[in-house]
Amino acid sequence: MKTVFTLMITAILTDNIVLSKFMGICPFLGVSKKLSSSLGMGAAVIFVMACATLVTYPVYALILEPNNLTYLRTVAFILIIALFVQLVEIILKKVMPPLYKALGVYLPLITTNCAVLGVTLQNIDNGFSFGYAILNSVFVGMAFTLALILFSGVRSRLETADIPATFKGVPSTLIAASIVSVSFMAFSGLMS
Amino acid sequence: MSNFKEFSKGLIKENPTLVGLLGMCPTLAITTQASNGLGMGLATTFVLICSNLMISLLKNVIPKAVKLPCYIVIIAGFVTLVEFLLHGYLPGLYDALGTFLSLITVNCIILGRAEMFASKNKVLPSVLDGLGMGLGFTLSLFTMGSFREILGAGKWMGITLSEEIQPMTIFIMPAGGFFVLGCIIAAVNKLKGQKPPEKIGCSGCPNASICAGKGECEK
Repeated sequence: MKTVFTLMITAILTDNIVLSKFMGICPFLGVSKKLSSSLGMGAAVIFVMACATLVTYPVYALILEPNNLTYLRTVAFILIIALFVQLVEIILKKVMPPLYKALGVYLPLITTNCAVLGVTLQNIDNGFSFGYAILNSVFVGMAFTLALILFSGVRSRLETADIPATFKGVPSTLIAASIVSVSFMAFSGLMS
Repeated sequence: MSNFKEFSKGLIKENPTLVGLLGMCPTLAITTQASNGLGMGLATTFVLICSNLMISLLKNVIPKAVKLPCYIVIIAGFVTLVEFLLHGYLPGLYDALGTFLSLITVNCIILGRAEMFASKNKVLPSVLDGLGMGLGFTLSLFTMGSFREILGAGKWMGITLSEEIQPMTIFIMPAGGFFVLGCIIAAVNKLKGQKPPEKIGCSGCPNASICAGKGECEK
């Protein structure tokens, strides 16, 4: 079993969910235009990932596994995440209006974010204990936020760059993402 | 004729990946080999056809308020079916695709087509739309996979092309995925003589009705 520190380094730097596992590319490209929206989306993702694991892990361990229904996990998890996101939205609106205002827009966008489903499935595949699974979800959420924040900085420079007409917009964004991903490859030596 | 149009639009004109910019995650993640791209594309096509068929049949039954969870459960059901089939008949591909097989559930192409097309159209056009979009997705995954495998591993469909040329490993690494996709989108735009998309956009995004452009994909 990994220590908490190696878990953190693996999740955030060496196996960054966006830049080396390719999950959550749509929000990474769509919402990373400004630092403020990157932070909002990142915070919402950390929150939902931790809460989703809090529910999906016990459902898997206590209901699906004892009844030999593990093949139903994709259906069960996505349903839990979809319902859960709507529930969180309603509760936040009622109980914590300031937090709802900050995260509100980004919450519904998370239902179909493959990073959330990906993390809950990976927690099971890696055989983490409950505590580790929650920690891992938080770290992966932080990795997602880090990638978004770094990339929003790169993109604000891209806006003013002089790019050939064919590459303007999405193609240049993808190539910039490739260079950011190269820089993260350097961390892979950390965990040998 | 119009039915044929529903089928053919997805192949190139409205190609979901290269023009619609949907389903980016599998496009980048599993295209290290052309054969994986092909397998992923066909698996997605199968799910897309079945979910379009189901959703267009049930479009009058599903209540508006809970349509998103309903669509997701239908899609997840077919994904589980595909998982079983691949696990049983093609275990090599099953292992290569890994988590991304389950993640077909949240592929925005499938939800996007359910929301934009199948929930508004009759059964036959919906199935043809699913087939066309799925094959368009397969085509772009196969192209991506071919480029990355030839440049990054010196092979194509597992066949070694040349022993002498040293392959550029960076192309099968994550960074190469972003780079190749960027170049292919640019090339497609050049060939079509269009300006490249400036933004990801809300067309086809299943969440567009909830978020109404506030997620800043549009700005």
